[in-house]
Amino acid sequence: MKQLFNQLISFPYFFKIAQKSFPYLFLLSILVILLGVLWGVFFSPVDVTQGEVYRIIYLHVPAASVAQSIYYTMVIASITYLIWRIKMASVFMISMAPLGAIFTFLALFTGAVWGQPTWGTWWVWDARLTSTLILLILYLAIISLFSSFDRRASTDQAVSIVVLIGGINLPIIKLSVEWWNTLHQSASMTLSGSSIDNEMLIPLLISIFGFYLYVTAIGMRKMQVEILKREISHNWVKEIFIEKR
Amino acid sequence: MRTKRRNRVIFVSSLVASLSVAFIFIVLAMNENVDFYYTPSDLTSSKIINKDSLRIGGLVQEDSIKISKDSLKTNFLVTDLENSIEVYYEGILPNLFKENSGVIARGFYDYSDGIFYAKEILAKHDENYIPKEVKKALVNDT
Repeated sequence: MKQLFNQLISFPYFFKIAQKSFPYLFLLSILVILLGVLWGVFFSPVDVTQGEVYRIIYLHVPAASVAQSIYYTMVIASITYLIWRIKMASVFMISMAPLGAIFTFLALFTGAVWGQPTWGTWWVWDARLTSTLILLILYLAIISLFSSFDRRASTDQAVSIVVLIGGINLPIIKLSVEWWNTLHQSASMTLSGSSIDNEMLIPLLISIFGFYLYVTAIGMRKMQVEILKREISHNWVKEIFIEKR
Repeated sequence: MRTKRRNRVIFVSSLVASLSVAFIFIVLAMNENVDFYYTPSDLTSSKIINKDSLRIGGLVQEDSIKISKDSLKTNFLVTDLENSIEVYYEGILPNLFKENSGVIARGFYDYSDGIFYAKEILAKHDENYIPKEVKKALVNDT
């Protein structure tokens, strides 16, 4: 276990693993997303109150779930970096933040498209919507830190601290719909069950799984790029690319 | 090296500790203001909420919707299953507006006649997703 961890945080080893697994993972993720979304859009039944417009759930829920999960993993990475100074942790944060921003935006956008016909408005300042907007702003703030320092270590340190502080927003997003009166409905899927009919739920779960696979694949690719940026002058990089030729 | 790491652990844990305290304060402070709407019980209880613009939310009470035939004037009751409040609204209603489903009205509550004069009506969707066919079957069963 410890050996596996040590291998994964070593740049050359991770780079080789990612290089090999990326094409399969990426292809698989696209297939799974297509399966989930197409099933959801064309073959699952119409919702009794919302009508056809509910089908946006097959993009909205996976995007929102991925957007928050990325931040959770980034918080773990930030603590790892702050205590053990593991460089892979900062590579991870810097690679994942733009993905998080994109999926938070997608969640807000699809939510607005759904809200206009369903609620009668595309945006309100309720606790769930506002805290999700704050998540987007946090991601953008973290991204803007990337190029704000001259020294690599200062950037990594600053990014870690901001990520950790921003973590305070995560329980607020999660619990906003439970604690306060919000326009956004409370969670349909909980550990104790789901209030979504099975015929609608199965494609949704497939779509969510596909989004996670996609983020894993693209995240690995982005980490490879970030590693190359940092290690370009190292021998192992030259060896890999000369071997290829 | 060892003391350096210990200092980092202290740094991170004090940061996490102060964030937790901040989190508690934020939540306590927001509890008063963050609610998107009031419930009918909030309004009918002794506490007077004197605001020019506020929102109430609840369910549209069964058999309470009265829509005028020749205008857009609507009257209905919003209930939280304990208390209900009469809402007056003139305008177009959202598609999901119907009996026994969630609604949020923004407007002004007149304590003198006990009517809520709404300027905007939003429909609130609940967390249930039910296919049309299943719903039909459920209704037929009961």
